[in-house]
Amino acid sequence: MPCISPDGKPTSSGMTLLKSLKNGVLSPDEIANVTGQPLFRVRSGLRELKKAGFVEEEEGKYRLSKNGEMLVE
Amino acid sequence: MVEETGKGEVGLPVLGQKAPDFEAVTTQGVLKLSDFEGSWLVLFSHPADFTPVCTTEFIAFSEIYEELKKRKVELLGLSVDSVASHIAWIRNVEEKMGVKIPFPVIADLNKEIAKKYGMIHPDQSKTETVRCVFVIDPESKIRAMIYYPLTTGRNMKEILRLIDALQTTDEHKVATPANWNPGDSVIVPPPTTAEQAEERLKEGYECKDWYLCMKKL
Repeated sequence: MPCISPDGKPTSSGMTLLKSLKNGVLSPDEIANVTGQPLFRVRSGLRELKKAGFVEEEEGKYRLSKNGEMLVE
Repeated sequence: MVEETGKGEVGLPVLGQKAPDFEAVTTQGVLKLSDFEGSWLVLFSHPADFTPVCTTEFIAFSEIYEELKKRKVELLGLSVDSVASHIAWIRNVEEKMGVKIPFPVIADLNKEIAKKYGMIHPDQSKTETVRCVFVIDPESKIRAMIYYPLTTGRNMKEILRLIDALQTTDEHKVATPANWNPGDSVIVPPPTTAEQAEERLKEGYECKDWYLCMKKL
Protein backbone atom coordinates (compact mmCIF):
# COMPACT_ATOMS: atom_id res chain seq x y z
CA MET A 1 0.00 0.00 0.00
CA PRO A 2 1.23 3.51 -0.59
CA CYS A 3 2.98 4.71 2.54
CA ILE A 4 2.55 8.43 1.94
CA SER A 5 -0.87 10.01 1.48
CA PRO A 6 -1.44 12.87 -0.99
CA ASP A 7 -1.08 15.40 1.88
CA GLY A 8 2.47 14.17 2.50
CA LYS A 9 1.74 12.36 5.77
CA PRO A 10 2.43 8.63 6.31
CA THR A 11 -0.55 6.30 5.82
CA SER A 12 -1.29 3.53 8.30
CA SER A 13 0.98 1.22 6.26
CA GLY A 14 3.68 3.88 6.41
CA MET A 15 3.27 4.26 10.17
CA THR A 16 3.64 0.47 10.58
CA LEU A 17 7.03 0.65 8.86
CA LEU A 18 8.09 3.72 10.87
CA LYS A 19 7.12 2.08 14.17
CA SER A 20 9.20 -0.99 13.30
CA LEU A 21 12.24 1.31 13.25
CA LYS A 22 11.52 2.82 16.65
CA ASN A 23 14.11 0.70 18.42
CA GLY A 24 16.85 0.39 15.88
CA VAL A 25 18.33 0.28 12.42
CA LEU A 26 16.87 -2.49 10.25
CA SER A 27 17.19 -3.93 6.76
CA PRO A 28 14.10 -4.33 4.54
CA ASP A 29 14.15 -8.11 5.22
CA GLU A 30 14.20 -7.49 8.97
CA ILE A 31 11.35 -4.97 8.69
CA ALA A 32 9.34 -7.50 6.64
CA ASN A 33 9.87 -10.08 9.39
CA VAL A 34 8.88 -7.65 12.16
CA THR A 35 5.80 -6.24 10.41
CA GLY A 36 4.63 -9.34 8.52
CA GLN A 37 4.37 -7.27 5.34
CA PRO A 38 5.60 -8.74 2.04
CA LEU A 39 9.18 -7.73 1.24
CA PHE A 40 8.22 -6.04 -2.05
CA ARG A 41 5.79 -3.80 -0.20
CA VAL A 42 8.38 -2.94 2.46
CA ARG A 43 10.94 -1.99 -0.19
CA SER A 44 8.41 0.16 -2.02
CA GLY A 45 7.22 1.78 1.22
CA LEU A 46 10.73 2.56 2.42
CA ARG A 47 11.44 4.24 -0.92
CA GLU A 48 8.42 6.51 -0.39
CA LEU A 49 9.24 7.21 3.25
CA LYS A 50 12.83 8.06 2.35
CA LYS A 51 11.73 10.41 -0.41
CA ALA A 52 9.35 12.11 2.02
CA GLY A 53 12.15 12.50 4.58
CA PHE A 54 10.83 10.18 7.30
CA VAL A 55 13.64 7.59 7.10
CA GLU A 56 17.33 7.59 6.21
CA GLU A 57 19.25 4.81 4.50
CA GLU A 58 22.83 3.76 5.02
CA GLU A 59 24.35 0.68 3.39
CA GLY A 60 20.96 -0.92 2.82
CA LYS A 61 19.70 -0.40 6.38
CA TYR A 62 17.09 2.12 7.47
CA ARG A 63 16.59 4.33 10.51
CA LEU A 64 14.14 7.03 11.47
CA SER A 65 15.00 10.60 10.48
CA LYS A 66 14.28 13.44 12.94
CA ASN A 67 10.88 13.93 11.24
CA GLY A 68 10.23 10.20 11.49
CA GLU A 69 11.17 10.12 15.18
CA MET A 70 8.70 12.94 15.93
CA LEU A 71 5.88 10.90 14.38
CA VAL A 72 6.43 7.69 16.33
CA GLU A 73 7.09 9.28 19.74
CA MET B 1 16.05 -9.54 -24.02
CA VAL B 2 13.36 -7.96 -26.19
CA GLU B 3 13.70 -7.57 -29.93
CA GLU B 4 12.21 -4.82 -32.01
CA THR B 5 10.77 -6.39 -35.14
CA GLY B 6 11.21 -3.22 -37.20
CA LYS B 7 7.46 -2.89 -37.72
CA GLY B 8 6.80 -1.05 -34.50
CA GLU B 9 5.92 -4.32 -32.81
CA VAL B 10 7.86 -5.76 -29.93
CA GLY B 11 9.11 -9.32 -29.61
CA LEU B 12 8.79 -11.64 -26.66
CA PRO B 13 11.06 -11.90 -23.63
CA VAL B 14 13.46 -14.84 -23.73
CA LEU B 15 13.51 -17.73 -21.28
CA GLY B 16 16.55 -17.64 -19.02
CA GLN B 17 17.25 -13.96 -19.59
CA LYS B 18 16.63 -11.12 -17.13
CA ALA B 19 13.00 -10.03 -17.07
CA PRO B 20 12.52 -6.56 -18.59
CA ASP B 21 12.81 -3.98 -15.83
CA PHE B 22 9.92 -1.70 -14.91
CA GLU B 23 8.68 0.86 -12.43
CA ALA B 24 4.90 0.88 -12.36
CA VAL B 25 1.92 2.51 -10.74
CA THR B 26 -0.13 -0.22 -9.07
CA THR B 27 -3.10 -0.56 -6.75
CA GLN B 28 -0.54 -0.95 -3.92
CA GLY B 29 1.70 1.99 -4.79
CA VAL B 30 4.66 2.40 -7.13
CA LEU B 31 6.50 -0.92 -7.55
CA LYS B 32 9.72 -1.82 -9.34
CA LEU B 33 10.64 -5.26 -10.61
CA SER B 34 13.64 -5.12 -8.27
CA ASP B 35 11.26 -4.89 -5.28
CA PHE B 36 10.53 -8.59 -5.92
CA GLU B 37 14.18 -9.74 -6.03
CA GLY B 38 14.70 -12.71 -3.74
CA SER B 39 11.14 -13.97 -4.29
CA TRP B 40 9.54 -15.81 -7.16
CA LEU B 41 7.06 -13.66 -9.04
CA VAL B 42 4.09 -14.50 -11.23
CA LEU B 43 3.42 -11.47 -13.43
CA PHE B 44 0.19 -11.88 -15.35
CA SER B 45 -1.80 -9.69 -17.69
CA HIS B 46 -5.52 -9.58 -18.33
CA PRO B 47 -7.31 -7.84 -21.20
CA ALA B 48 -9.55 -5.44 -19.28
CA ASP B 49 -11.26 -4.68 -16.00
CA PHE B 50 -15.01 -5.36 -15.66
CA THR B 51 -14.97 -8.19 -18.21
CA PRO B 52 -16.34 -11.66 -17.52
CA VAL B 53 -13.42 -14.03 -18.18
CA CYS B 54 -11.00 -11.68 -16.41
CA THR B 55 -13.26 -11.53 -13.38
CA THR B 56 -13.30 -15.33 -13.12
CA GLU B 57 -9.52 -15.34 -13.46
CA PHE B 58 -9.01 -12.70 -10.76
CA ILE B 59 -11.14 -14.75 -8.39
CA ALA B 60 -9.18 -17.88 -9.33
CA PHE B 61 -5.82 -16.14 -8.82
CA SER B 62 -7.04 -14.97 -5.41
CA GLU B 63 -7.98 -18.54 -4.56
CA ILE B 64 -4.41 -19.78 -5.18
CA TYR B 65 -2.80 -16.77 -3.46
CA GLU B 66 -2.12 -18.66 -0.21
CA GLU B 67 -0.75 -21.66 -2.14
CA LEU B 68 1.59 -19.27 -3.97
CA LYS B 69 2.73 -17.72 -0.69
CA LYS B 70 3.59 -21.20 0.63
CA ARG B 71 5.91 -21.51 -2.39
CA LYS B 72 7.39 -18.02 -1.74
CA VAL B 73 5.76 -16.67 -4.90
CA GLU B 74 4.35 -13.15 -5.19
CA LEU B 75 1.55 -12.30 -7.61
CA LEU B 76 1.31 -9.15 -9.73
CA GLY B 77 -1.46 -8.38 -12.22
CA LEU B 78 -1.41 -5.96 -15.15
CA SER B 79 -3.74 -4.42 -17.68
CA VAL B 80 -3.82 -1.19 -19.65
CA ASP B 81 -6.64 0.20 -17.46
CA SER B 82 -6.15 3.01 -14.92
CA VAL B 83 -5.61 2.57 -11.18
CA ALA B 84 -9.06 4.10 -10.60
CA SER B 85 -10.59 1.45 -12.86
CA HIS B 86 -8.64 -1.33 -11.10
CA ILE B 87 -9.77 -0.07 -7.68
CA ALA B 88 -13.41 0.17 -8.80
CA TRP B 89 -13.30 -3.34 -10.27
CA ILE B 90 -11.55 -4.86 -7.24
CA ARG B 91 -14.12 -3.25 -4.95
CA ASN B 92 -16.91 -4.55 -7.19
CA VAL B 93 -15.52 -8.10 -7.12
CA GLU B 94 -15.38 -7.96 -3.32
CA GLU B 95 -18.87 -6.47 -3.02
CA LYS B 96 -20.65 -8.65 -5.58
CA MET B 97 -18.65 -11.86 -5.42
CA GLY B 98 -17.26 -11.77 -1.90
CA VAL B 99 -13.65 -12.17 -2.97
CA LYS B 100 -10.92 -9.82 -1.76
CA ILE B 101 -8.10 -9.33 -4.30
CA PRO B 102 -4.90 -9.46 -2.21
CA PHE B 103 -2.28 -8.79 -4.88
CA PRO B 104 -1.25 -5.52 -6.59
CA VAL B 105 -2.36 -4.72 -10.13
CA ILE B 106 -0.31 -2.56 -12.50
CA ALA B 107 -2.02 0.27 -14.39
CA ASP B 108 -0.04 0.18 -17.65
CA LEU B 109 -1.93 2.97 -19.35
CA ASN B 110 0.83 3.81 -21.84
CA LYS B 111 1.44 0.08 -22.57
CA GLU B 112 5.13 0.50 -21.76
CA ILE B 113 5.39 -2.77 -19.81
CA ALA B 114 2.95 -4.58 -22.10
CA LYS B 115 5.24 -3.87 -25.06
CA LYS B 116 8.39 -4.90 -23.17
CA TYR B 117 6.81 -8.25 -22.32
CA GLY B 118 5.13 -8.84 -25.70
CA MET B 119 1.67 -8.77 -24.15
CA ILE B 120 -0.08 -7.06 -27.09
CA HIS B 121 -0.89 -9.40 -29.95
CA PRO B 122 -2.59 -7.26 -32.62
CA ASP B 123 -4.58 -10.10 -34.18
CA GLN B 124 -6.18 -10.69 -30.78
CA SER B 125 -6.60 -7.02 -29.86
CA LYS B 126 -4.74 -3.89 -30.86
CA THR B 127 -5.49 -2.20 -27.54
CA GLU B 128 -5.72 -4.89 -24.88
CA THR B 129 -3.16 -7.29 -23.43
CA VAL B 130 -3.67 -11.00 -24.03
CA ARG B 131 -3.66 -13.45 -21.10
CA CYS B 132 0.04 -13.79 -20.30
CA VAL B 133 1.79 -15.41 -17.37
CA PHE B 134 5.49 -14.85 -16.69
CA VAL B 135 7.16 -16.91 -13.99
CA ILE B 136 10.17 -14.90 -12.80
CA ASP B 137 12.70 -16.42 -10.41
CA PRO B 138 14.38 -14.80 -7.37
CA GLU B 139 17.21 -13.57 -9.61
CA SER B 140 14.68 -11.81 -11.86
CA LYS B 141 15.15 -14.27 -14.71
CA ILE B 142 12.24 -15.33 -16.91
CA ARG B 143 11.73 -19.04 -16.24
CA ALA B 144 8.43 -19.74 -18.01
CA MET B 145 5.86 -17.98 -20.14
CA ILE B 146 2.24 -18.80 -20.97
CA TYR B 147 0.17 -16.93 -23.57
CA TYR B 148 -3.57 -17.52 -23.82
CA PRO B 149 -6.06 -15.83 -26.15
CA LEU B 150 -8.74 -13.43 -24.96
CA THR B 151 -11.44 -16.12 -25.08
CA THR B 152 -9.76 -18.65 -22.80
CA GLY B 153 -9.33 -18.38 -19.04
CA ARG B 154 -6.15 -19.79 -17.56
CA ASN B 155 -5.79 -22.95 -15.47
CA MET B 156 -4.56 -22.17 -11.96
CA LYS B 157 -3.63 -25.80 -11.26
CA GLU B 158 -1.24 -25.69 -14.21
CA ILE B 159 0.34 -22.47 -12.92
CA LEU B 160 0.93 -24.09 -9.50
CA ARG B 161 2.20 -27.27 -11.18
CA LEU B 162 4.60 -25.23 -13.32
CA ILE B 163 6.02 -23.46 -10.26
CA ASP B 164 6.35 -26.76 -8.39
CA ALA B 165 8.21 -28.22 -11.38
CA LEU B 166 10.59 -25.25 -11.71
CA GLN B 167 11.35 -25.20 -7.99
CA THR B 168 11.88 -28.98 -7.97
CA THR B 169 14.27 -28.66 -10.92
CA ASP B 170 16.24 -25.96 -9.11
CA GLU B 171 16.40 -27.84 -5.82
CA HIS B 172 17.21 -31.31 -7.12
CA LYS B 173 18.83 -30.65 -10.55
CA VAL B 174 16.33 -32.90 -12.32
CA ALA B 175 13.76 -32.52 -15.10
CA THR B 176 10.07 -33.33 -14.88
CA PRO B 177 8.16 -35.54 -17.33
CA ALA B 178 4.82 -34.92 -19.04
CA ASN B 179 1.90 -34.48 -16.66
CA TRP B 180 4.26 -34.52 -13.68
CA ASN B 181 2.87 -33.59 -10.30
CA PRO B 182 4.65 -33.31 -6.93
CA GLY B 183 5.34 -36.82 -5.59
CA ASP B 184 5.74 -38.36 -9.07
CA SER B 185 9.09 -39.69 -10.30
CA VAL B 186 11.42 -37.14 -11.89
CA ILE B 187 13.82 -37.49 -14.80
CA VAL B 188 17.53 -37.86 -14.15
CA PRO B 189 19.49 -35.62 -16.56
CA PRO B 190 20.59 -37.80 -19.51
CA PRO B 191 24.24 -38.82 -19.79
CA THR B 192 26.40 -36.61 -21.96
CA THR B 193 29.19 -39.08 -22.73
CA ALA B 194 29.30 -42.70 -23.93
CA GLU B 195 31.01 -43.66 -20.69
CA GLN B 196 28.24 -42.11 -18.59
CA ALA B 197 25.63 -43.83 -20.80
CA GLU B 198 27.28 -47.17 -20.13
CA GLU B 199 27.30 -46.55 -16.39
CA ARG B 200 23.81 -45.06 -16.20
CA LEU B 201 22.04 -48.44 -16.39
CA LYS B 202 24.00 -49.64 -13.36
CA GLU B 203 23.20 -46.64 -11.15
CA GLY B 204 19.97 -47.98 -9.68
CA TYR B 205 17.48 -45.64 -11.40
CA GLU B 206 14.18 -46.73 -12.99
CA CYS B 207 15.50 -46.82 -16.60
CA LYS B 208 13.61 -47.52 -19.84
CA ASP B 209 16.93 -47.08 -21.60
CA TRP B 210 20.17 -45.18 -20.99
CA TYR B 211 18.62 -41.84 -21.99
CA LEU B 212 15.34 -42.17 -20.05
CA CYS B 213 15.91 -42.81 -16.38
CA MET B 214 13.69 -41.70 -13.54
CA LYS B 215 13.88 -41.64 -9.77
CA LYS B 216 11.74 -40.80 -6.75
CA LEU B 217 12.82 -37.80 -4.71
